[in-house]
Amino acid sequence: MSKRTVEVTLATSGLDAEGRPQRSPLVVNEGGRVTTLEPMPALEPELEGEHMLINIGPQHPATHGVLRLVLELDGETVVRCIPHVGYLHCGFEKIGEYRQYNQIIPWTDREDYLNSPGNNVAFSIGAERLFGVEVPPRCTVLRVIALELSRIMSHLVWLGTTCIDIGAFTPFLWSFQERERIYTLFEQWIGARLTTTLTRVGGMGADIPDGWMDGLRDFIRTLPKTIAEVDRMVTRHGIWVGRTIGIGALNAEEALNYGLSGPMLRASGVDYDVRKDFPYCDYETYDFEVPVGTTGDVYDRFLVRMEEMRQSVRILEQAVERLPDGPVNVDDARLILPPKSKATSEMESMIHHFKQVMEGPRPPVGETYVAVESPKGEKGYYFVSDGTPKPVRWRIRPPSFVNLSAIPKMAEGHLLSDVIAINASIDIVMGEIDR
Amino acid sequence: MSTPALVTAGSAAPDHVPVTPRNLPNRGGPANPSAERIRLRFSAAHVRTEVVWGETTVYIQPASALEVVRYLHDDDAEQYDYLADVTAVEYRDLELPVQVVWHLRSIPYRRFLRLKAELARTAPLRVPSVWPVFKGADWLERECYDMFGILFEGHPDLRRILMWEQYQEGYPLRKDFPLRGRFSRSEQLRQALAAQPETRYSMHELSIADAFEDLPAEMRQRLARGQRPGE
Amino acid sequence: MVNIVPPSQEGWITTRLDLLVNWARANSLWPMPFGTACCAIEFMASAASKFDLARFGMERMSFSPRQADVLICAGRVPFKLAPVLRRIWQQMPQPKWSISMGACASSGGMFDNYAVVQGIDTIIPVDVYVPGCPPRPEGLLYGILMLQEKVKRERLSDNRLRDEMEPDPSSKLYIPPPVIDELSEPFGNSVHQTRSGL
Repeated sequence: MSKRTVEVTLATSGLDAEGRPQRSPLVVNEGGRVTTLEPMPALEPELEGEHMLINIGPQHPATHGVLRLVLELDGETVVRCIPHVGYLHCGFEKIGEYRQYNQIIPWTDREDYLNSPGNNVAFSIGAERLFGVEVPPRCTVLRVIALELSRIMSHLVWLGTTCIDIGAFTPFLWSFQERERIYTLFEQWIGARLTTTLTRVGGMGADIPDGWMDGLRDFIRTLPKTIAEVDRMVTRHGIWVGRTIGIGALNAEEALNYGLSGPMLRASGVDYDVRKDFPYCDYETYDFEVPVGTTGDVYDRFLVRMEEMRQSVRILEQAVERLPDGPVNVDDARLILPPKSKATSEMESMIHHFKQVMEGPRPPVGETYVAVESPKGEKGYYFVSDGTPKPVRWRIRPPSFVNLSAIPKMAEGHLLSDVIAINASIDIVMGEIDR
Repeated sequence: MSTPALVTAGSAAPDHVPVTPRNLPNRGGPANPSAERIRLRFSAAHVRTEVVWGETTVYIQPASALEVVRYLHDDDAEQYDYLADVTAVEYRDLELPVQVVWHLRSIPYRRFLRLKAELARTAPLRVPSVWPVFKGADWLERECYDMFGILFEGHPDLRRILMWEQYQEGYPLRKDFPLRGRFSRSEQLRQALAAQPETRYSMHELSIADAFEDLPAEMRQRLARGQRPGE
Repeated sequence: MVNIVPPSQEGWITTRLDLLVNWARANSLWPMPFGTACCAIEFMASAASKFDLARFGMERMSFSPRQADVLICAGRVPFKLAPVLRRIWQQMPQPKWSISMGACASSGGMFDNYAVVQGIDTIIPVDVYVPGCPPRPEGLLYGILMLQEKVKRERLSDNRLRDEMEPDPSSKLYIPPPVIDELSEPFGNSVHQTRSGL
């Protein structure tokens, strides 16, 4: 297993007393030469004043949805940060108890809506373990393609919105252009842009159409150019560096204790990636690296996510090469609907069709927790079955919910404007936090 | 400047190569070695061990949950340093006890363990909070309280998180809670709209707000009665 | 351009003035994106370069309700968010319009449960409903064009047009509770079927 550390040599002109890189903004001169500014000396508080209470959200452009933050400010410094969530609580888990397994998949689209295909795949892996079936190899590779495309999709939205939050508008337009291309790919594959409902328990909703791979090859050939363009524009930009380095840092121990996962955890220096450590979909057979940061500040999270997109492209390249022929669905009449022509002409197929639609497949009594590496972190689905066609409990382990719970720890002591950068770096999606 | 990762997954068990699990049996199979150690060490608290679909579940007495979790977190042979999830399960058969579920991961050993505690329905649903060990349990336990009404003793700030504080219909994920709520839609909407957005501050937020006098009279009265103004 | 036939009681000047004012208003609607869920992502896609909402005079996103003309409610609205949406609508100055984007905002969509408002028309008045889950950007653009048509038909002489709706002081609802129940549960007893068990 190969892992590597993202190098954060840039602008770390020294370490502070706690061993974290000092925040030292870079300035690009007219000749393109980069110089480092000395950090501003901390101003002594001269004025004694009352603390101020500021309410951000639930309707605020920088909260990425309907998050609400209540900040207690001393001047411009955050003394206390109290997040309030639940403004998008839609009762997913309750609805899941009233639906058959295949019927739940459309809800997984709308829960982390930046990463719908990834959620579909995660749900199906979990449900298949509960039913005790193994999908054919072609399906597994298609699922890897869907997972990595949706990781890129989600990171692109994160990139665009984070850049807007920190003050750059153009990357938003670039990343949405790339996203439109992924939308087109999914639309050709399954018929929907955003809410795909791509998988079924025991297979896929559809095999890829003819010529689809050419579109995907074209996409993975050109995506790195866009990433490189954003990289050139943002990564060494003085304002960007000044606003992200040393902001919202968490060390490895704190990050683990808060239960963070995904790029948040890896930026803090823990190389835990579900794809490597608890693999699914044969991820152990792909050659890719897990970027790991060192300081766990906003800048490291940015670098980790940018690198993850490049690694996703690597995985996609390998998946395109190895896609085998064969069926995409398991050969199991309990789970997979027969073709329409057979359902209307053969008695046995008609019975299977009727049983599946009217009653639904029944898994054995049992429970399982299946986690995948979603773009936000460890996304887990926990199923408990009592042998009926509907789950007793369908629990979503929401990575950004847990990641967000650490925001008071990260924000306190920073400036008000840094809270926006920290919030953007968590990459929250309220649909998943509140469910 | 390139420093190695500060915590490396699998560092305690370098020979173990993780692979995608295949053909798991419904029941049985190799159990997580931690289960046996919990049974030996906490013989009074250990109830039973199950292996379902390759995942080990250890049932423990609710009162000793914090003790067991602390041992799993601190002991060098266990190193369960990652709390994935805290949740609860209520079965459709209302005779069965409510279960509280902890999903733990040991990142150095790459192990997964599920702890379960069964809460009898005869008494109020109470279980010790694991917040002293895992700070990440804070919101997860609050959510579990919000959705199931399970009290986590020792939690620093146990209040509703997803529903608002004045929500009167109960605990939504309990099986006796109807899918569409207890009240009619118009009554639900009336109650929701009747809540002033200003009332959604918690007590310690209001304590620093100098706008106390500007609050609605109804809310000041409730605060004076010592009622918590809510989420 | 909409063909306006002036009613007999209106003079030439007022109708021409209508035309001018409505033309200006319809082509510079400043949207207030109240984005909550998946539809907000499609709204962002509509605002991005491929679909380019700016073509319809919506260049300036107004995240403050005080400077907005159109509330675009994109996404599901749970009960916890209902007072927020009502407050934002009340903060918007007249003239104001609203678009309900997506199935969840229009009717509760697939979230027929304890947490979600079954259609934001029980909270605020809605001018245009855009169906879809989520609607494609083309769908949203079509809804915006429909709203522009609607704006172009408004008459200055219609003094009821700009009336602010006053909710019932005791219940804070615009429309009577039985109507809300009927709007929310159009299939009547299906609710009771669900309430009786699984």
